[in-house]
Amino acid sequence: MSENFTKGMARNIYYGGSVFFFLIFLALTFHTVKEMPKRDNRENITEAVANGKHLWEKNNCIGCHTLIGEGAYFAPELMNVYNRRGGEAGFKAFFNGWMKAQPLNIPGRRQMPQFNLTDQELDELAEFLKWTSELDANNWPPNIEG
Amino acid sequence: MNTLKYQSQAVAKPYFIFAMILFVGQILFGLLMGMQYVVGDFLGGLIPFNVARMVHTNLLIVWLLFGFMGAAYYMIPEESETELYSPKLAIALFWIFAAAGVLTILGYLLVPYSTLADITFNELWPTMGREFLEQPTITKIGIVVVALGFLFNIGMTILKGRKTAINMVMMTGLIGLAVFFLFAFYNPTNLALDKYFWWFVVHLWVEGVWELIMGAILAYILIKVTGVDREVIEKWLYVIIAMALISGILGTGHHFYWLMTPEYWQWVGSIFSALEPLPFFAMVLYAFNMVNRRRREHPNKAATLWALGTAVMAFLGAGVWGFLHTLSFVNYYTHGSQITAAHGHMAFYGAYAMIVMTIISYAMPKLRGIGEANCNKAQVVEMWGFWLMTVAMVFITLFLTGAGILQVWLQRIPESGEALSFMATQDKLEIFYWLREIAGVFFLLGLISYLSSFFITEKKAA
Repeated sequence: MSENFTKGMARNIYYGGSVFFFLIFLALTFHTVKEMPKRDNRENITEAVANGKHLWEKNNCIGCHTLIGEGAYFAPELMNVYNRRGGEAGFKAFFNGWMKAQPLNIPGRRQMPQFNLTDQELDELAEFLKWTSELDANNWPPNIEG
Repeated sequence: MNTLKYQSQAVAKPYFIFAMILFVGQILFGLLMGMQYVVGDFLGGLIPFNVARMVHTNLLIVWLLFGFMGAAYYMIPEESETELYSPKLAIALFWIFAAAGVLTILGYLLVPYSTLADITFNELWPTMGREFLEQPTITKIGIVVVALGFLFNIGMTILKGRKTAINMVMMTGLIGLAVFFLFAFYNPTNLALDKYFWWFVVHLWVEGVWELIMGAILAYILIKVTGVDREVIEKWLYVIIAMALISGILGTGHHFYWLMTPEYWQWVGSIFSALEPLPFFAMVLYAFNMVNRRRREHPNKAATLWALGTAVMAFLGAGVWGFLHTLSFVNYYTHGSQITAAHGHMAFYGAYAMIVMTIISYAMPKLRGIGEANCNKAQVVEMWGFWLMTVAMVFITLFLTGAGILQVWLQRIPESGEALSFMATQDKLEIFYWLREIAGVFFLLGLISYLSSFFITEKKAA
């Protein structure tokens, strides 16, 4: 590097640049949070949806599945599982049966554990997944398979 | 033989040793998960995949934190030209952090996660069950307490001593690490907000403040092993971390493409994260440049190899593999696929696992009273470990990338109705997962070789 470019100049670029871009980041964050209600349907977060999110966390679902593409990559994406497995007409029945049938014990197949959730808990978890299926994540995922 | 400049640097030793023990655990659980990818029910009743993954990723984070703390305790007294403010506090915090870490991992392994949530009173302040932040809330509070005590100790040492660019950058990085961790306590019911601010911990750590820590450690090592003038090395350090933060802060946008966020993040994220490889490229130029211009032949060849290796592998893993899927129109199809896994593995190994092994390689011979460097035989075995682990990681990354490309092709690109389901796609990827597991076994062999080098000592001529 050139001798004319001193350590002091490099330091100033570091401090000045970081602060400047961090402030822009904060401003964009502020704007994003303000815009979010248009996309997250927060008016539909019922008590059941809130409990469902809590069950989602408490059973570490993210340890195998992804939710909007984030999580582990071992098991299917669940943001849109509501639409993939029956939607309004059939999802809840499917989900209740599916959760109760675990583990499937098919030799060699990836195993989902049995979480021993009550019918009410299963309903709340289903409500949470219904709510996530209605989120506007800029048109992600590309197709129904997630 | 005492080879430490400041006696209090010795507190780094248990941190480094414990980091290596946790590293072994991380790799064993990685191999278990690799098996479950191909033989789905392998030990599934005993250790379900979600538990193994939590152990694998949490062990990684914790051993890197132990490594960073050890690095700070080793470097800061020497940089500040004074003894550590309180060696006793450093040792006490070591035991607190180690105990909290072990108890948390045992909690993951011994009881169902929901039980762990109940017995740790997660209800009172729910923070569990989010990727990488699975720790019980009380463990998180423990982490904050340890971090505060650590920052106090390091900060007081710097205050009473010399303030170099290296210790200022290290300090800013560590403070940033602690500050951004506080977002782990924010877990709103609205998933949209939860996910957005979750990245304030995850991205602003690994693509932000951790790069400061990496840069500071690398600069310290380069000064020591090359003897190049501090002014030159510190100037480079500032340039590199300036590029890292200028690209990396708004680069956070590449995680906001597919959240409940405005579309402009697709532009902001693509443009700034496309610049994120630059600081890593500069790091490669700088490391090789400094080693070429060296003014001394340091006897610790292994430490020099690690320093060059971490620069190259961080550039490949974080820089190149990050760029591969960072543009929004690519990421639309690759988001949350095996491509993400490929990038994650090489980036963490290259940037963070390797920088910790760099400082360990340099510091351990001195901490153990051996001298400037281990004997030649030990260094040869250590370098075998370096090459086996690094080449194995290259192959793990390549196989996961292959799996990811095929996954995107089968599952993501076709229209609904024509796309293969997730599980059907996974069956098609089996060969890649087997190859990845074999590469993982070679990684373990490399780790064994690396660790065994610590037990090789020169036979004293009688």
